[in-house]
Amino acid sequence: MGRLKAITIKEFWALLRDPKGRMALFIPPLMQMFLFSFAATLEVRNVDIGLLDMSQGAYSQELVEQLSGSSNFRQIEVFHSPAELQQAIEQQQVIAAIVIEQDFDRRLTAGRPADIGVVLDGRRSNAAQIVAGYIMRIASGIGADVRSLDPPETVRVINWFNPNLTYVWYNLPSLIVMLGAITSIAVTSQSVSREREIGSFDQLMVSPLRVHEILLGKMLPPLGVSLFNGLLFWVAAQVIFGVPFTGSFPLFFAALLLYNVALIGVGMFISSLSQTQQQAFLGSFLVSVPIIMLSGFSSPVENMPEWFQLIDHVNPAMYFLPVSQGIFLKAMPASAVFDWMWPVAIIALVTLSAAAWLFRARME
Amino acid sequence: MKGELTRFEPRRLAALIRKESVQILRDPSTLLIAFVLPMLLLAIFGFGISLDANSIRVGLVVQDDSAQATSLAQALRSSPFLDVEEDRTVPALRAKVVADDLRALVVIPQDFGASFDRGRPIPIQVAADGSQPNTANFVAAYVEGVYGSWAQQQGLVPRGAQVGVNTRFWWNPELKSRFFLIPGSIAIVMTMIGTLLTALVVAREWERGTLEAMMATPIGMGEFIASKLIPYFVLGLGSMALCTVLGVAVFGVPLRGSVLALLAISAAFLIPALGLGLFISAATKNQFMASQFALLSGFLPSFLLSGFIFEIGSMPKPIQMVTYLVPARYLIPSLQTVFVAGDSWGLFARDIGMMLLFGAIFFFLAFRATKRSLD
Amino acid sequence: MAAIPAGDPVARATGVVKRFGALTALDGVDIEILPGRITGLVGPDAAGKTTLIRILAGLMSANEGELRVLGGAPGEDLEDLGYMPQRFGLYEDLSVIQNLNLYADLRGLPTPDKRATFDRLLAFTDLASFEDRPAGKLSGGMKQKLGLACALVKTPRLLLLDEPGVGVDPISRRELWAMVKELTGEGIGVLWSTAYLDEAEKCDAVCLLNDGKLLYSGDPAGLTERMEGRVYLARSDQVDRRPLLRSLLDNDAVLDATIQGSTIRLLSAGGERPQIDGVSLTPVPPKLEDGFIEILGGGPKGTSALAEAYTTFERSGQPAIEAVGLTKRYGDFTAANQISFTARPGQIFGLLGPNGAGKSTTFKMLCGLATPTEGQCAVAGHDLKHSGAAARQSLGYMAQKFSLYGDLSVRQNLDFFAGAYGLAGGAARAAIDKVVDIFELGEKVKVNAGQLPLGYKQRLALACAVMHEPPVLFLDEPTSGVDPVMRREFWVHINGLVARGVCVLVTTHFMEEAEYCDDILLIYRSEQIATGSPDDLKRQAAEAAGLDDPTMEDAFIALIEASHIDTRNPRKAA
Repeated sequence: MGRLKAITIKEFWALLRDPKGRMALFIPPLMQMFLFSFAATLEVRNVDIGLLDMSQGAYSQELVEQLSGSSNFRQIEVFHSPAELQQAIEQQQVIAAIVIEQDFDRRLTAGRPADIGVVLDGRRSNAAQIVAGYIMRIASGIGADVRSLDPPETVRVINWFNPNLTYVWYNLPSLIVMLGAITSIAVTSQSVSREREIGSFDQLMVSPLRVHEILLGKMLPPLGVSLFNGLLFWVAAQVIFGVPFTGSFPLFFAALLLYNVALIGVGMFISSLSQTQQQAFLGSFLVSVPIIMLSGFSSPVENMPEWFQLIDHVNPAMYFLPVSQGIFLKAMPASAVFDWMWPVAIIALVTLSAAAWLFRARME
Repeated sequence: MKGELTRFEPRRLAALIRKESVQILRDPSTLLIAFVLPMLLLAIFGFGISLDANSIRVGLVVQDDSAQATSLAQALRSSPFLDVEEDRTVPALRAKVVADDLRALVVIPQDFGASFDRGRPIPIQVAADGSQPNTANFVAAYVEGVYGSWAQQQGLVPRGAQVGVNTRFWWNPELKSRFFLIPGSIAIVMTMIGTLLTALVVAREWERGTLEAMMATPIGMGEFIASKLIPYFVLGLGSMALCTVLGVAVFGVPLRGSVLALLAISAAFLIPALGLGLFISAATKNQFMASQFALLSGFLPSFLLSGFIFEIGSMPKPIQMVTYLVPARYLIPSLQTVFVAGDSWGLFARDIGMMLLFGAIFFFLAFRATKRSLD
Repeated sequence: MAAIPAGDPVARATGVVKRFGALTALDGVDIEILPGRITGLVGPDAAGKTTLIRILAGLMSANEGELRVLGGAPGEDLEDLGYMPQRFGLYEDLSVIQNLNLYADLRGLPTPDKRATFDRLLAFTDLASFEDRPAGKLSGGMKQKLGLACALVKTPRLLLLDEPGVGVDPISRRELWAMVKELTGEGIGVLWSTAYLDEAEKCDAVCLLNDGKLLYSGDPAGLTERMEGRVYLARSDQVDRRPLLRSLLDNDAVLDATIQGSTIRLLSAGGERPQIDGVSLTPVPPKLEDGFIEILGGGPKGTSALAEAYTTFERSGQPAIEAVGLTKRYGDFTAANQISFTARPGQIFGLLGPNGAGKSTTFKMLCGLATPTEGQCAVAGHDLKHSGAAARQSLGYMAQKFSLYGDLSVRQNLDFFAGAYGLAGGAARAAIDKVVDIFELGEKVKVNAGQLPLGYKQRLALACAVMHEPPVLFLDEPTSGVDPVMRREFWVHINGLVARGVCVLVTTHFMEEAEYCDDILLIYRSEQIATGSPDDLKRQAAEAAGLDDPTMEDAFIALIEASHIDTRNPRKAA
């Protein structure tokens, strides 16, 4: 017990007193918080669109006004020829262009249906789809006055848990997941390789410290740092970004702990494998990127091909992401949390045992 | 040192380049970044990430037994975009939304069928899981779409003076997100090689003391920088070529533009990427710091602030300003164009110009920081 | 390039001052390097040697002082400069020949001359059969020779060598010296920096640096002469050599004393011959180190406060370290073969051998860092395989290079090692207070260990190793690069501990450290080739090579060469 305490304290100081290490501990998370909360949005706003109006009537005028009034569009460029339109899309000056044919006004005035054409930039298919949706919604309101009555409401949409679909409510709970994947792995992966590099590894190995004491001592401080970062973001999400926290904190903490333990096992595995800090860094990078990208944050897991989803079953972030979002916004109950998190417990067990095995195997 | 940069002798340069090439071939971490990382990223972006329309799991509660309700429910079930799970009551399904098993709930209310007969149809309800805003938006749009086409089929909506919208997605009518994700991941790969790898190898020379021995030979610092630049430039292009071949052959991304344009764009991007890498290594002289800085100034901005996945226009103004300083921001549109759309030299010229400008700035900084001195 | 008249210095510096922030690394140093001569730049680590060499090579600029190198400012004429930095500047991924080729191209060696030059250099450095081996896979001595070859691809007029002898065994060191000596015949001016004073003694001129200050400059004999008549070998019939050393160091008439075989070599404080009861003195010729010690103010006192406060261990009973048939194989390669020996409590046991001979492997097996393929070893009666933790609990370990935690403060390092060895609460506090007091670390407890001066690092490393008062101490080249006074202080502690019954195992390339040993095991090419006390080994060497009164280094080399003859066709097999 005394030995474990000694090495834990030492590792803790080693993390905090090395100025380089300190930088790796706190600057990347802050950068990520800043960038992710503001920049990582799949919303599409402030886009420029084009208009080629060959009708020039009252209804097309109304459409243009409606479009300019929408907060989703920043600017409407008016083109005078199809060639201009083509060039503007090609050069990505606009993402979409509306083409209003000559007979548009005539048909509407006559009470007949009329179509507008929308040309969209397929290179950015995701944003283009969303823009198409905006345009459709506005277009369907045009000419309402020609019809006798307002179109009846057909689908009433409400959004549970996040009524206004505030994006940051999605980003910050997810950020806690990604942050863990970066910090826990990166920090733990340095621990053994750093000692190998500065030459103190031998010193450690000739001391009476048992292997499990060394491993625990090396994993507890990174775990502490990761939990600290996680909780810091938990507070920041509520205080700075106004994200509601509706669930149970003990439940959230337990899931966060389990998740970070699994990641620290991964980090320790990389660390035991690496001879230099360089290799440890590259290793943790190569592992963190897929963990984050395949967590379901950038795109839903069910969109992946099935065999890829199968591979993703070993990804702890895939399980913790819905839990973090769920406990924050949806007051996810313990039973659901358990259903998500038990595979993480298995992953943690596997990564920790693998790390311990590799550490022993590579002691010489 | 006078004549530091102008001192150039082909033989010395050739010797240094030869040395660098041998090192590249013998260093596993170099090969890891140049060849394993591209394949990993392509696999992730080709298979793992898809922003395409796909079936979304929704719960359906039909509270009405009318013919209309039954046929609408059938329409929802048969939609390729929805994967429907049914129950008689809302609470059971709501629990599944909370547990993240379902993304939304659709309720066809009581009296739905009868309301049509009264000529004033009541709306169906969609309760989407707002914790995932993007999916919530998609669900709402899909259900609205299903409803619309169902209503038309049933002849329930008079097609009067209504505005229809015909959309045409140029170059990518099937809306495959791979078409922009694969070119984007090429940008990430070139950033990693140009910035991270270059920063690491130069920092390693400082750390291991080999640069000290170099500096005591008659080489000029210009020769030294060129000897780092050329091999990694070639490596970057090689890795780009690998990605292109895989992207086209495995992931079915078209290459509609010319190879010349692809080369020109990639080459132009490697200049600022390498320049940044050299600058970082000269400023830090330490592999650990270099890797951290390369990640923060190379990888993260290229990923988040280049318009690769996240729309720049939707970001707050100050961040939008920052994106203008990210060279990858100029690479992404050109790369997407050369792959998906074809040659558009007007666009390429603008982007290449910007990339070269940043290249010049980074190289200026790198030269200033790389001194023949250990002070 | 200005012509320099023959005999004029190839490099001259006067009043060189170099500051790094608040630290003054060089404080008004003068040096002159003449063609055809080896000028020694001598001093302990952190004395300013590397800084001065870098300034001469044009890699750093001096804050003050006048410098003229090869007829111009430093760094102007790089064509005629050969420079070998401390880590040799080799590319480890590149093969021997690729490294040579690179430097040949960089230094502009005409291509037609290449092959002939390489052949000459490879023959000269004995590396011909390793042409295609990556530099990273060469032994320390081979790397050093390759480093030198790279600096010589185009014959320079000035050759700057930064500690070429560090971490290298005496044989390689001697071979390197011979090579450089040969070069001076061609009129090259050589600057050879070293922390070993015996190496410096052979130079044509020396500059003695300590703490950035020039202590002496000129002919080494000039410094030695001053000590003439003040150095004696002391012998006593009544007292053993270690207690004798202690009493001599405590004697005011004695400025300095070191163990040499079964005798003590002493430097008297004044001009007269000291009168000490029961001790017979034989005058011997002085060495450069005697001069250096005098300038530094003499050796330490002979009583170790550490030993005074240490547990006393039984000298009889079980052996402190016992190795039986230790063998380590890596695949086909046998790194150590059938090593057997016993070290008793109260004994200093030395493990010697050239680089790559299997000495480190044996050392690692003994302290549990490597598992033997065959054989057993036990420390303080605990078998390393079956009760490893108990064995590790009873040993203290001090690594070759400073390997404590540089970012942790002195106190945090002590806390950690106390805890790691199972000391807790009051016992830990008491142990820490004790070593802080003994090693005078009081003012430094809050300083980061990495920022300590070298001498303090040394003390801290020893403190961490002995806090739990182990009966066995493992030392891996414990005093390399440390100034001679610090080195003596260190050995005073070790001698004191041995008197308390502690067993000390030491590996070293440093022959002065070998002299302190009671028993030495010489390992060469994975085999143990000789055992015995230093005097025994000298005697064996004298017989084998017909030497008269050999030094420890002579003995080392002679014994290894003798085993060459036994086993035929030596170095190619390595």
